[in-house]
Amino acid sequence: MLTNGTPELQIDRKDSRLVLAHILFAFGALFLGGIAGLLQGLVRGGVVKLPAEIGYYQLLTAHGVLMALIFTTYFIIGFLISGVSKTTGGKLLPISRHLGWLGYGLMSTGTVVGTICILLNQATVLYTFYAPMKASPYFYIALALVVVGSWMSGFGMFYQFGYWKKLHKGKVTPLFAFMAVTTMLMWIVATLGVAAEVLLQLIPWSFGWVDTVNVMLSRTLFWFFGHPLVYFWLLPAYMCWYVVIPKIIGGKLFSDALARLAFILFLLFSIPVGFHHQLMEPGISPFWKFLQVILTFMVIVPSLMTAFSLFATFEQAGRALGAKGLFGWFRKMPWSDVRFFAPFAGMLTFIPAGAGGIINASNQMNAVVHNTLFITGHFHLTVATTVALTFFGVTYWLIPALTGRKLTARINKLGMIQTVVWLVGMFFMSGAMHTVGLLGSPRRTAYTTYENHPDAFLWMPYHVAMAIGGTILFIGILLLIVNIVLLFRAPRGQEEFPIAEANASAEAAPRLFERWGVLISLVVVLVLIAYMVPVLDMINNPVPGSKGFVTW
Amino acid sequence: MHMHRLEKWWLVFGISMLAIFLLVLGTATFAMGVTPPGEHRHTVNPETVTQNEPFDKPGLRQVGDNEYEAVILAFVFGYSPDRIELPVGAKVNFVLTSTDVVHGFHIIGTNVNMMAVPGEVNHTSYTFKEPGEYLVLCNEYCGAAHEQMQMRIIVK
Repeated sequence: MLTNGTPELQIDRKDSRLVLAHILFAFGALFLGGIAGLLQGLVRGGVVKLPAEIGYYQLLTAHGVLMALIFTTYFIIGFLISGVSKTTGGKLLPISRHLGWLGYGLMSTGTVVGTICILLNQATVLYTFYAPMKASPYFYIALALVVVGSWMSGFGMFYQFGYWKKLHKGKVTPLFAFMAVTTMLMWIVATLGVAAEVLLQLIPWSFGWVDTVNVMLSRTLFWFFGHPLVYFWLLPAYMCWYVVIPKIIGGKLFSDALARLAFILFLLFSIPVGFHHQLMEPGISPFWKFLQVILTFMVIVPSLMTAFSLFATFEQAGRALGAKGLFGWFRKMPWSDVRFFAPFAGMLTFIPAGAGGIINASNQMNAVVHNTLFITGHFHLTVATTVALTFFGVTYWLIPALTGRKLTARINKLGMIQTVVWLVGMFFMSGAMHTVGLLGSPRRTAYTTYENHPDAFLWMPYHVAMAIGGTILFIGILLLIVNIVLLFRAPRGQEEFPIAEANASAEAAPRLFERWGVLISLVVVLVLIAYMVPVLDMINNPVPGSKGFVTW
Repeated sequence: MHMHRLEKWWLVFGISMLAIFLLVLGTATFAMGVTPPGEHRHTVNPETVTQNEPFDKPGLRQVGDNEYEAVILAFVFGYSPDRIELPVGAKVNFVLTSTDVVHGFHIIGTNVNMMAVPGEVNHTSYTFKEPGEYLVLCNEYCGAAHEQMQMRIIVK
């Protein structure tokens, strides 16, 4: 495939290989996770029954781990590495590439070990693995390997970025690389929480070195990580929207400086917000819950900035192409180009998805939707539509750009079909989840009629709609796999790696935006404000410890 | 750093809406008492909780004029008691903990939706104005028979 050192590759051949390894692993996980998801949907809808040797919750664990943790992390790291390489000279330093491969090796070892634990029914604890349900210690070790592996790739990107800055003193850093560094920095700070939970609490407890675990502390550490995790999914999609899309539609960046500001706001406000997942829990005072609700809502500001900037980019590009009138630019968009259409569909989906998120985080209002299928519906719009469709859109140009092939008109058309299939499937599945969630139907629950309670019967038609939507989505995954295979067999040629340029008149971003010491200090201060008092209280006046339970 | 005039308006509008929204939530929480459940810390040992007050006798206790305290234990895969009967209009103060893993406690059709965490006691109150047979279910995955975990509140 990559034998003759083709000059048309968009980044160095060795970097391409590293990126492709990540992307293909991601889609392998998506395929396996999709099978689990399909079966879950059919079981919950009452369409099929599982054979006795497979548990519903085992499938649910596999689905969550493979989709939410493995597919996303692999794709993101692959995409970020590709863009960092592209925008810092087209070639990674050997040390950055080696760190990337080291990360890949650690993450893959973790994924394989974790998947084996799940298949052996040693870790049916879902991807949130709440203590005191006690999985095999090897499951927790596997998760730690995935996290540490992702850090290695992050360090590689930091090194590459620092080296570029050293060689280009006083110059504005490439926007994509800046965003990649911000995203990985946010990720590393966030994963410190789950790393502490797993390494200091769960592994010693699971091996039996200590008898009990502080459940409240473990949940708090988990959600310190668990919410920034969703921004780790979202920010790479934003990178595509900010940096890639303007180029595809033939425009320029709307504002380089404001894009950087948005990412810095995400860095600051993604992390001190985990309590909004614990609003219905005892042990945390209403003051600290509400403080974190306020901090949670601060991320709305960069999202508003992003929405403005994107539509301004569309309008500017449309007008530059000769569009007239208030909305004439709308018709100038390349609607039949999957590289634009799939991420655009993702953007539109983010409007209801974001609104749902505001509901979820609204302090006492959370009681209406907490742990219902509304939540599942919500993140199937955010991560599984907004983020996933953007990633699919990226895949359609990234694989050809890395393999020296062309996105042909036929594959583009198949990609458009695949995007529409995805949207239709998600409309049924997520729409039904949102509605039935408001009626009370719980998430993460196998088929049941609750001893024929009339309320539970009312939910049944919606569960069937979920099964139908899930089936359509699985067809979408199959189409995607077919398209990826076709991309690898596409004719040779040069596919663009779209990176938009700044307007000629654009002013440089303020120096403060690259003062990483200041930015990290601000992150630390915000985390201390949000977490120090309640966490010290949990440590100094701990709940009586819990021994482990295997309840599956 | 230049910001487009329209973007300034857009952000001023968006941030003002956000501030009003948070003000409403905050006022409801701190001035009108519509708090999320579990406002104070109250720890118990999950291993001995069934031997001590009040969880040694889970169930309903009248504490005032049509006001009750419901002491409830959550465990795999059920609640104790598994059935409560109340008159219409009864105000119930729920006191909830778990003897094993984390569970949920959602009374379908109401805003009572809270977590049972081992080692902590959760609290919330609700007034049952409508008669009916309320389904209470566990909405936090707790193990193999999680989907069977339920109880009933009968309001007559």
